[in-house]
Amino acid sequence: MNSTAKEREIVLSVQGLQKSIGRKPIIHKVSFDVYAGEIFGFLGPNGSGKTTTIRMLVDLIKPTAGKIIVCGEDIGTHPERALAHIGCIVENPEMYTFMTGWENLEHFARMQSGITRTRITEVVDIVGLDQRINDKVKTYSLGMRQRLGIAQALLGNPKLLILDEPTNGLDPKGIKELREFIRNLAESGMSLFISSHLLSEIQLMCDRVAIIAHGDVIAVGEVDELVSQAGTYTIWQADRPEAAREMFKDQPDVQLIADEQHQIDEGLLNTLHEPIITIMDESRITDWVNRLVAAGIGLHSVQRVAPSLEELFLKLTEGEKIG
Amino acid sequence: MANMLALIHNETLKVWKKKRFAVIVLILMILIPVFVYAQMKISQSTTEKFHSDWRSELQSRITDNTNALSSDRIPEEWKKWRRALVQQLQYYLDHDINPQTPNAVTFTRTFMDNSVTLFIPLMVLAIASDLVSSERSTGTIKMLLTRPVRRWRILMSKLVTLTLYVSLIVITTALLCYLVSGLVFGYGGWGEPVFVGFQVQGADVNTNGVHAVTQGVYLLMQSGLIWVSAMVVSIIALMISVLVRSTAASFVTMMATIIAGTILANMASSWKSAKYLFNVNLDISSYLRGTPPPIEGMTLGFSLAILAIWGAAALIVSFTVFTKQDILN
Repeated sequence: MNSTAKEREIVLSVQGLQKSIGRKPIIHKVSFDVYAGEIFGFLGPNGSGKTTTIRMLVDLIKPTAGKIIVCGEDIGTHPERALAHIGCIVENPEMYTFMTGWENLEHFARMQSGITRTRITEVVDIVGLDQRINDKVKTYSLGMRQRLGIAQALLGNPKLLILDEPTNGLDPKGIKELREFIRNLAESGMSLFISSHLLSEIQLMCDRVAIIAHGDVIAVGEVDELVSQAGTYTIWQADRPEAAREMFKDQPDVQLIADEQHQIDEGLLNTLHEPIITIMDESRITDWVNRLVAAGIGLHSVQRVAPSLEELFLKLTEGEKIG
Repeated sequence: MANMLALIHNETLKVWKKKRFAVIVLILMILIPVFVYAQMKISQSTTEKFHSDWRSELQSRITDNTNALSSDRIPEEWKKWRRALVQQLQYYLDHDINPQTPNAVTFTRTFMDNSVTLFIPLMVLAIASDLVSSERSTGTIKMLLTRPVRRWRILMSKLVTLTLYVSLIVITTALLCYLVSGLVFGYGGWGEPVFVGFQVQGADVNTNGVHAVTQGVYLLMQSGLIWVSAMVVSIIALMISVLVRSTAASFVTMMATIIAGTILANMASSWKSAKYLFNVNLDISSYLRGTPPPIEGMTLGFSLAILAIWGAAALIVSFTVFTKQDILN
């Protein structure tokens, strides 16, 4: 899939982006490409330079060095041409609260040529805001403001939609709806650039991901590939944990993990009674279940647990040091 | 160019929807009647005192001021001013013109003269101060600047909008003043002569250039000058609004500067170089009346030049900063 992706049209190309504020370098060297029709995740903890990078993508911050090319237009030299291909919400969807939703959309429609009344009605329908569109924005809930923000971003039929932490402040139902919505947009050929500090969210939403830490992109690639690199845990619960542990010891296909060696979510571990944490290939699980049962050890549960974002970072940065 | 018109449409609409102009009109509708009432009381009491003889009133003012001239306790600067005033009053008396006739036009003229240093700037600031800073403090600037429009065009549309509203404020103030005061004083007075062209040269009022114009023409000239000074205030406020994130901070900064200007001007200061400050030069309509300038050496031309320089500098700073600045929050 990676190779087919490379043949696709590049919608956004970020090349050697750097930013210093005062003398302090904030972004060291950020490079990645986003292809047409893909959902690209931008993952990093808070304070890693995510928002600064996004602001540079939409010309709110001028980079110290490096290039940003949107559909062949350099944002540094022709921001008005490059921005015509982008729709974005940077952080919160802030609209003019003293105007109605419709008036806000009209306002932003006037800033770009060729947006008709019909198009405004269309985007209102897409985000499902037709019931409340003539109410003042100050009466909107956060979810509705989010929808209005997306409607605004979609007005100009952009090739690339940039959403900064779009699930912030949404309830689980809202998050699920947003995910489906994003999928639909990508299927219609739009590229989406979505930032988040949650690995699980990126896993659920995105095709590819760039991971940023301390102002550096430490990895770019398929989401599943990167996650599997960090290794998935298999957690066992048995009626005689000591005996089970004894059997796993010194086996070629099993790696026993001590308590201080992993960074599995505490909340999850606390619900388990005496868990045995191992790393093993998925294909070996059935075989091991049989062996344990044959040895007279009763099993309560076997589960696979994905690594946390911290762990992924650790793995990725370790790899970098070695490389 | 259609694009620019659309941007101006946007900006004008936003100011309108924020009901800023409505508040200004409301303030005018409350304040003007108050001043009309005060003016009515004043003219009533003067009529009583002088049995409606304005000539004797004028004569007594001349006598008062002449007496004051011989006093040792009055500083030399004040004497200059009084001497000029006496000459001016004498001129009115000699030519049989009552400078105090109350009518709507006279009232409007006086009101406008008194509002140029504080009241008009205050109203202008209500709009100018948050034109850019409100977009920053509410975060809407992120939406505004990520649309495919060059930044200088956005600021230009804001500047044009500001010019429109400043013009509207000056016109509305004059118009409301005329309409409200006319109810009490009558709507006449357009054709009455007013004397312009007094030139203060040192201690003397040079009356060589003095000629009569009708009050209507005077009001037009005066409004034009007030518009110039209001525009300079608003352009400097726009610059502050670009530089400062908070609307309150930008409003307070500007208001403090303007008040400082009136205080400095009233000190008739011997600090000569203060005349290069913009806030001392705002009262340009006073040159029409022939009142001596706050600092020696100031003329209409001088003040206009100073205001133009300050305005141009503020525009350069505004556009440079606005087009280059990083939007970090």
